[in-house]
Amino acid sequence: MAAIRIENLRKGFGSLEVLKGINLDIADGEFVCFLGPSGCGKSTLLRSIAGLEELDSGSIRLGDRDITDLRSAKRDIAMVFQNYALYPHMNVRKNLSFGLALNGMKRDEIDRRVNNAADILRISELLNRKPRQLSGGQRQRVAIGRAIVREPKLFLLDEPLSNLDAGLRVTMRVELAALHERLGVTMIYVTHDQVEAMTLSDRVVVLDRGKVSQFGTPLELFYQPANLFVAGFIGSPRMNFVTANVVRQDRSELTLSGGGLARDLTLETLSSAVIAKDKPVTIGIRPDKLELVSPEEAHLIGDVRLVERLGTESHVHIGLENGADMTAVVRGTHPVSNRERIHLRIPAEHCHLFDADGKAIARALDTETQMLINQEKSKRVA
Amino acid sequence: MDMTYAGAEAKVARRKRSAIARYAAPYLFISPWILGFLFFTLGPLVFSLTMSFYDWPVVGERTFVGLDNYRSMLFDDPQFWESLWITVKFAAIYVPFNIIMSFLLALMLHNITFASGFFRTAFYLPSVISGVALVTIWSWIYSKEYGLLNFMLSLVGIDGPNWLGDPNLAIVAIIIASLWGLGGTMLILLTGLKAIPKELYEAATVSGVPGWAQMLFITLPMLGPMLLFTFITSIISAFQQLTIALLLTKGGPLGSTYFFAMYIYDNAFKYFDMGYAAAGSWVMFIIVLALSLGVMRWSAAWVYYEGEVRQNDGEGHA
Ligand SMILES: Nc1ncnc2c1ncn2[C@@H]1O[C@H](COP(=O)(O)OP(=O)(O)OP(=O)(O)O)[C@@H](O)[C@H]1O
Ligand SMILES: [Mg+2]
Repeated sequence: MAAIRIENLRKGFGSLEVLKGINLDIADGEFVCFLGPSGCGKSTLLRSIAGLEELDSGSIRLGDRDITDLRSAKRDIAMVFQNYALYPHMNVRKNLSFGLALNGMKRDEIDRRVNNAADILRISELLNRKPRQLSGGQRQRVAIGRAIVREPKLFLLDEPLSNLDAGLRVTMRVELAALHERLGVTMIYVTHDQVEAMTLSDRVVVLDRGKVSQFGTPLELFYQPANLFVAGFIGSPRMNFVTANVVRQDRSELTLSGGGLARDLTLETLSSAVIAKDKPVTIGIRPDKLELVSPEEAHLIGDVRLVERLGTESHVHIGLENGADMTAVVRGTHPVSNRERIHLRIPAEHCHLFDADGKAIARALDTETQMLINQEKSKRVA
Repeated sequence: MDMTYAGAEAKVARRKRSAIARYAAPYLFISPWILGFLFFTLGPLVFSLTMSFYDWPVVGERTFVGLDNYRSMLFDDPQFWESLWITVKFAAIYVPFNIIMSFLLALMLHNITFASGFFRTAFYLPSVISGVALVTIWSWIYSKEYGLLNFMLSLVGIDGPNWLGDPNLAIVAIIIASLWGLGGTMLILLTGLKAIPKELYEAATVSGVPGWAQMLFITLPMLGPMLLFTFITSIISAFQQLTIALLLTKGGPLGSTYFFAMYIYDNAFKYFDMGYAAAGSWVMFIIVLALSLGVMRWSAAWVYYEGEVRQNDGEGHA
């Protein structure tokens, strides 16, 4: 009932094009994150949905209504702002009820909603306090409460946890997930923290310079990034990239050589489209998939620049012979040391492949991962 | 043994000296201000209070008269009451107009995106011009035969009145000329408007709070301290009104613009009765003080201070 469909949305400020044709289909009850680096247009997109920005073109539908030209107040949405935007001169109860009262709602209905929201968020004892007298986490709860009392069809949250300290952020994250479960209402959540996006959402919209780079479940983004941007953005430490050339193609089997590779690498893809031999491809490999091997087996040869030992794992920063940088994650406190020569193997089954335009060349996943992804997708539909 | 004792004594002395230095240093640093305050503010204040209990001609014998100056001012001097009444009338019109017009101008400047810097400067400019120059300009504007105002009125077919010669119009003319200097008040309110977070309005807009309610329940309360401040300073400047009246109308016609400050001024520099003038100043001080305290007490009901609540306040905010 409250699904959202955004078509061809464009928005600029003066000559600066910020959103360059956004298309999104968000299902009813879904928890969706907008994820992307600073300045990519996340807030602008959210504010466009809220009706706080005038669109240059495109349309937005919420449920069965076209809300493109509807006033913000009529859209049946609620928004939570990054810096809470609580009215400092009103106490918590007034903060929650202010909008309702001015829309002519009955006294007892207002009280019911306010008390209900206060119950859910455990702020009943704070109703007579002013925002000044609240801690950061409590203010955040009040801000969310102000959204809840509207009983909207759609929640919009713009980096609601970014002003909280790390511990509180984790707590509030869990609470938000529980709140979504409880209300069952569609939520859109802006963040540039990929951990937040990956743990909270059913699906994630990765934005890159005003365009949807990929829209998928967290595991899809991780295991099947659609392009170099998503591959490099999702996952920490970041995915390693090595350029190479296709030297032989036998239908869907490719042999790669040159570039950063010390030895040929042969791998299967899902497509048998011919790849131009004169254009380089990019191999992507997650740091934890690189294997330390003997010199004969090595695809990559480099020198250790720095070892960060985190206890359960160590991050080894490596400078390759061709000047590129790599990170390898090895289990435990591996006895590698600085300036040591290191030999790495790229397991063909774990690497990603991107064409010269940065688009992913589809590859099969192992059955276990594929099953996980399917599970995640079916949960969303259910 | 001896040596140690001498050493210890020196140490104690040193500590004593450094203690004095420690406590005195801050006062030394602010001493220019303290001296200025003592000689130019507190000194004259005490001096004028003393004066007000004396018959104090500029030349000649001073005699202590106790409360006589105050008594004769309040009970035997109709000019005191007349000038006070004119001043109150002036304040009653000037203060609300000053605040409302400044507020509307600030609101306009806050909302326009086109050439706001130019308009801000333009509206503030009259406040920079010195009083005498300003009054000269206004005397040209108000001139019956050659004045700009009457010239403009004549363009639309109105035969302009004698602004400064008509007892009913002269005070209006002075109010208008005073309002010319509202740039300062406007700037304070504009700063206040700019300090209100934009998100408050956006949050209100999303929850369907109409514009008038945003003005009434967000803008005005958030601007409360600024409004209170401008309210009080306007009252004070209204009661101190002297320059414009002195130069533009000299208190006339028929004493219709004979302000309280001018009454004090005349007693001091025309009749050379310093004691009486000092007593007048203190009466003015007490009236302004009482008004300000009244306004402040009343304001507790509508002014919200950001720092009002101190408990549980360690948390940083955005
Ligand atoms: N009102 C505005 N006027 C002009 N430019 C704007 C305005 N609002 C945003 N922009 C520009 O639009 C671009 C996208 O801004 P937006 O706030 O949507 O980024 P974001 O993805 O939310 O970034 P962040 O993670 O830093 O919040 C930025 O380059 C920003 O400078
Ligand atoms: Mg943002």
